[in-house]
Amino acid sequence: MRLDRELTCAEVVELITSYLDRRLRAADAERFEEHVAFCDGCSTYFEQMRATIAATGHVRNDDVPAELRDRLLATFRELNST
Amino acid sequence: MAELTAAGEQGLVEALRRGDEAAFASLVEELTPSMLRVARLYVASRAVAEEVVQEAWVGVLRGIDRFEARSSLKTWIFRILTNTAKTRGAREGRSVPFSSLGGDEPDGPAVDPDRFLGADSRFPGHWAAPPRPWEGGERLVAQETLELIELEIAKLPPMQAVVITMRDVEGFDSDEVCNALDISETNQRVLLHRARSKVRRALEEYMG
Repeated sequence: MRLDRELTCAEVVELITSYLDRRLRAADAERFEEHVAFCDGCSTYFEQMRATIAATGHVRNDDVPAELRDRLLATFRELNST
Repeated sequence: MAELTAAGEQGLVEALRRGDEAAFASLVEELTPSMLRVARLYVASRAVAEEVVQEAWVGVLRGIDRFEARSSLKTWIFRILTNTAKTRGAREGRSVPFSSLGGDEPDGPAVDPDRFLGADSRFPGHWAAPPRPWEGGERLVAQETLELIELEIAKLPPMQAVVITMRDVEGFDSDEVCNALDISETNQRVLLHRARSKVRRALEEYMG
């Protein structure tokens, strides 16, 4: 990535996960932050991605099928009784 | 989800070695849903995926005495799972679809290019149709919204669905997901970003 050029909005929206995972080089992270701070569209978009991630975190994990759980616990007892 | 700290993990390993059933049961609750999703990438049916997961847990219990904590317990368990699933998939004559799934099909950008100004404009790549802020943030955690998110995840290509579920629903970190799926950090991040972008897009329609 070139340091002499500002990021476009189309680039910013592709970098959000890299930014959140701290995978951008320091200079790129700075340019990202600067763009988001001054661009209403990207600031809204960034907030929406964060809100999306937070909301996804509220989705419940699947339950373990009861039959599988029972089989696993039975196996556990069996292995520990020998 | 219970966070496995290093100390907590050591305690858990010892509990498993002792034959502590409650410790085993809680680990099963925590990891099995993801294990099923991962196994399902390698084998033809949900039923076979359950068998693979069961076989993997047997491997874990048989091997726990030899576990040396060179990786996290979670990572070690998923390695066993992935190996079990690969072996089973190969035996089923299923030419492991993994590498093809690893890249998933060609995918569009995070945001429809039409929403940005074109190359002939004064500010190419800048918003033409910027997102509108979402009103009523509390709606985001309403049951209806969470169901919409689940539905959207179910529509994703398999690898994207597994990665967003492990990262954002179940809270695995990036290293754990890479190890479990045997993919590079970059690949993992691309899959996650595509998945998140699609879920955001679905929410935008819903919230808008």
